[in-house]
Amino acid sequence: MKILLLGNPNVGKSVIFSRLTGTKVIVSNYPGTTVEFTKGFIKIFDFKAEIIDAPGSYTLTPTNKAEEVAVKLIKEADIIINVVDATNLERNLLLTLEIIKNVKKPLIIALNMWDETKHKGIKIDIEKLKKILDVEVVPTCGLSGEGIKELVLKLREVKISSLDLENEDIWKFIGEIITSVQKLSHRHHTFVDFLQEISIKPPWAYVVAVGVILVSFFIIRFIGEFLINYIFDPFFENFYSPLILKLSSLIKSNNFFHSILIGDIKEGLNYTISFGLLTTGIYVPLAMVLPYVFSFYFVLSILEDIGYLPRLAVLCDRLFHKLGLHGYAIVPTILGLGCNVPGALSTRLFEAKREKFIAATLLAISIPCMAQIAMIIGVLGKFGTKYVAIVFLSLGFLWVILGFLLNKFLKGESPEILLEIPPYRRISPKALFKKLWIRLNWFLKEAVPYVLLGVLIVNILYYFKTIDFLAKIFTPLMKKIWGLPPEAISALLIGFLRKDVAVGMFSPLNLTVKQLMVGCIILAVYFPCVATFVVLIKELGIKDMIKSVLLMIIVAIIVGAGANIIFSLLNIS
Amino acid sequence: MVSLLQLENNSYAEVVDIRGGSGFLRRLESMGVRVGCKILKISDTPGPVIIKVGSTQLAIGRGIASKIFVEKL
Repeated sequence: MKILLLGNPNVGKSVIFSRLTGTKVIVSNYPGTTVEFTKGFIKIFDFKAEIIDAPGSYTLTPTNKAEEVAVKLIKEADIIINVVDATNLERNLLLTLEIIKNVKKPLIIALNMWDETKHKGIKIDIEKLKKILDVEVVPTCGLSGEGIKELVLKLREVKISSLDLENEDIWKFIGEIITSVQKLSHRHHTFVDFLQEISIKPPWAYVVAVGVILVSFFIIRFIGEFLINYIFDPFFENFYSPLILKLSSLIKSNNFFHSILIGDIKEGLNYTISFGLLTTGIYVPLAMVLPYVFSFYFVLSILEDIGYLPRLAVLCDRLFHKLGLHGYAIVPTILGLGCNVPGALSTRLFEAKREKFIAATLLAISIPCMAQIAMIIGVLGKFGTKYVAIVFLSLGFLWVILGFLLNKFLKGESPEILLEIPPYRRISPKALFKKLWIRLNWFLKEAVPYVLLGVLIVNILYYFKTIDFLAKIFTPLMKKIWGLPPEAISALLIGFLRKDVAVGMFSPLNLTVKQLMVGCIILAVYFPCVATFVVLIKELGIKDMIKSVLLMIIVAIIVGAGANIIFSLLNIS
Repeated sequence: MVSLLQLENNSYAEVVDIRGGSGFLRRLESMGVRVGCKILKISDTPGPVIIKVGSTQLAIGRGIASKIFVEKL
């Protein structure tokens, strides 16, 4: 049996979902699309049912891809739980009435955010609403879990509404419902109202935005460094290294297996230089990248759940307009900073080809993912934070310039933003950690195998001297134009698999600071990793993808050369 | 009758005309903006216009806002 959770965006659907389901949650794509939805399981008395959290929709006549998927999911559902925001009944009822009119499936309504109606001076007569809609209405509060039990119990009494809406004017009918079931009383301005206002009205909104970004940045860095210095590094040093050293003496050095499994440890065990499967292959994803991925997603999930991102989108709108996008493009951009794959997936929020192309190309070229960022901090940070800052500033600068040029030379206009700004919500720790867990789980499943594969291929390439051969061919480009040693081509090769491993490959090459900086920038720009590449082909189509890739390569050559010259002029050696 | 862009901040108005195709109208309607509804203009950022319809706050791009016409109340 399939139960579908359906509702407008920002009504707390996911929080109800995480209340209803157990720990086993599956994120999957709807077949043939890149739209994701979450699936979980629930046991009701004697039978087990599947619960699907549909993408948030305002209407059943789809206005975007996510809503199309929601409509398709309805066809497969046996029972529909319509999650309604009790503090916003009027607008939410449109979807409810559309479900009753067009779907004709067993329906139950979860009147969510029930606790907030009291603070907001809203009184809803549930009995009357039940009678009018002719289905069960259960007041719920996803945050505290209030009403969830009743919701589950009432799942047994779901029924198809007998309400006939064929000849009704829907908005007029909604108006009638509202006047008969809802009473509003005046209430005072609260502190939350004040916060909401100050974060959307310029000029203070900009101050708030800069503050939020800076604080997020420092928290991410603090948690990341804390995890590395006090948990992962001590663990590797005290427990893992002795094991590896023992294994090393068992295999005896200088044979093929030793170089693949453990790598070069002649000058002591150094996880960033040895490049064996069990040394670098394990250390990079777990001890260098995972801590930052965790702290990044922790902070991002909080910002998402509070409801700050739409406000940031509003404030960025003007900037993005100049890059051929609209403010909500801040979401693919920020997601891309975590991992380019979800970033690329979320470019689907743009309908027109032009916008998609710009968003995807900008993402692939100038937004490094957290794995890459963590490695750049790890490898380049040793020489000084300012060098890391210069690399990221260069990429940011490139992002603006490139977007500006694309907007100027591609035919068409920037899209217009039309976005709901939800009120600030309290965070549900349960839903937050579930989301964080899904994201980390996904990272580990995606990253670790590819990192191991990358390290394995590096070893094989070196073993068969393929790198020397490639290095010879690319010497003019590498040396003359980018000022890099020819062997650094190996990093570009592996960068297609994993950018974090690729940055790590600069370590054994003994590069100068300038070379490291140029290398890190080129690695970010020249080509997306294979996982992003596949998603981009799906989202853009082959033709646009070829254009995008050509652009990446050309930009990489120019920017690499430019960085080489500019950093020399800045006396960085 | 003025467009949403011209309406002053903190003033209530009734939507009297929305100029655009049916897809455009439907998208606005699904978010609660339709002819006859009452809105409050909250803020005019350099980017979108912020309005309130019922208890929903919406950010509306300037191009869209210029096609929504209101009568000040």
